[in-house]
Amino acid sequence: MSHTLDYARYELRRTFRNRRLYILSFAFPLALYYAIAAPNRGEHSIGGTGIAAPVYFMVGLTAFGAMNAVVGCGARIAAERAVGWNRQLRLTPLPTRTYFWVKVLTAYVMALATIALLYAAGATLGVRLAAGDWLRMTALILIGLAPFAAIGILFGHLMTPDSIGPAVGGTVAFFALLGGVWFPVTGGAMHKVAEALPSYWLVQADHVGLGGAGWGTKGWVVVAVWTVACAMLARRAYERDTKRV
Amino acid sequence: MADVDAGRSNGDGITLRGLRKTYRSPGGPVEAVRDVNAHVEVGELVALLGPNGAGKSTTVDMLLGLQEPDDGTVDVFGGPPQRAVVAGRIGAMLQGGGVLRDLTVRELLAMMAAVYPAPLDVDETLQLARLDELADRRTERLSGGESQRLRFAVALVSDPDLLVLDEPTVGMDVESRHAFWTTVRELSEAGKTFLFATHYLEEADEYADRVLLMAHGRIVADGPPHEVKAIVGARTIRATLPGVPAERLAGLPGVTRAERRGDTVVLACSDSDAALRALLSTQPLAHDIEVRGAGLEEAFLQLTGVEEEVAA
Repeated sequence: MSHTLDYARYELRRTFRNRRLYILSFAFPLALYYAIAAPNRGEHSIGGTGIAAPVYFMVGLTAFGAMNAVVGCGARIAAERAVGWNRQLRLTPLPTRTYFWVKVLTAYVMALATIALLYAAGATLGVRLAAGDWLRMTALILIGLAPFAAIGILFGHLMTPDSIGPAVGGTVAFFALLGGVWFPVTGGAMHKVAEALPSYWLVQADHVGLGGAGWGTKGWVVVAVWTVACAMLARRAYERDTKRV
Repeated sequence: MADVDAGRSNGDGITLRGLRKTYRSPGGPVEAVRDVNAHVEVGELVALLGPNGAGKSTTVDMLLGLQEPDDGTVDVFGGPPQRAVVAGRIGAMLQGGGVLRDLTVRELLAMMAAVYPAPLDVDETLQLARLDELADRRTERLSGGESQRLRFAVALVSDPDLLVLDEPTVGMDVESRHAFWTTVRELSEAGKTFLFATHYLEEADEYADRVLLMAHGRIVADGPPHEVKAIVGARTIRATLPGVPAERLAGLPGVTRAERRGDTVVLACSDSDAALRALLSTQPLAHDIEVRGAGLEEAFLQLTGVEEEVAA
């Protein structure tokens, strides 16, 4: 529907005018990528994973920046709630479903920009993959972001603009660390925990280069369960959120 | 003939029947709204007055479908409020609301227009709210009064049949306020229905066709502004009189209610002549005495005060 597209266009324009997101989603991951991956560019199998350091950290920091982009979407929701905008929107014919999808869409556009930026950075450090691998890797990252998009919406409806900054930062840092953004998670117990987190599978998207499907059944199940659970919580939070803030 | 389309039918205006709403609070249940009944005709300009905690905002929320009543029904143009909302027939300025940032005034209006079935032209909306010159300014750079005008524009952009305005002129300067009411008047004459809540009692007095006065979750008076004033009758005496408790003055003949404001006492009177005689004879120190016809404010104080005694 062209009306919905118009609405989405303005929502996107707003998102890209918010400079704070640029730092967390673009500048920060990019700087860290060069800081971590450049000194290790000769490492061909980081932590025994069989994956070269520039690829590993490219996907790791893409995951980090993209997680910031989609969870950070919640900060905008919280700010909108604080000025009563969600109540204003309830007085329009805009369906809840559309509101959600437009939020998810803008979060994903932001994430795609992060992905493109980090891929380009990867190329400068000598990352070369087959076209099919780039595409499959991107697809896996986009799918793996779904639970984080839901977490962003959930946070946005539970928190105030003051509390959400640290919550987003802390959550992303937690998932990034245990998911293996900064270094491969190998040790036994730690690995078991990591495998149950969706961020682990985000980072595992780099396995496409090894010829496998990338995730395997376990990865798909973990991502699916997190997505459904977080989406249900997000929906509940939105529905309970009719009150004035 | 005009009302063939059910979506655009006016039904019987707006009717609130037996509305009740109770909130849970740490101190026990709070009855915010208890048995509100009211009817607003199509094209009427009605003021909803009441002190904080009177239940105005809860009533407005239920009227708009933002909250479900515990009991009672809301009928907007012959259906539930949600139906009118989906048809784009309700525009609202909610209390304490702000506007979306990171867009210009024009962009925000265009964004909102995009979600409605038959919106007004954005330029026309800008003119109605006197925002033409601010069209390209970012919303976060507007002053308080300017964002109020933008919120009015947001309420107008769907070309609604009913406008619900909660404290619409807060933050506006005298000139904007005057311009605002001129526009409201014009739209009202063009057939739009208005319900506005305000603390500026002189605005209700001056602009409303009818006043609904709320206190303690009920409507305690409903009529044209002059009738609401007539209900509480008469006049108010103000005098400078330090040190005498208001309760003692409330007992004077002809006085229905006494209130102290610093060194000044305000006596709401059913018989101001008797009250004045009694005041002068019992309180020789009273000076700077003024006797005035009750403004809506006094009517308001008196009615809500009476209700307090009933409730206590």
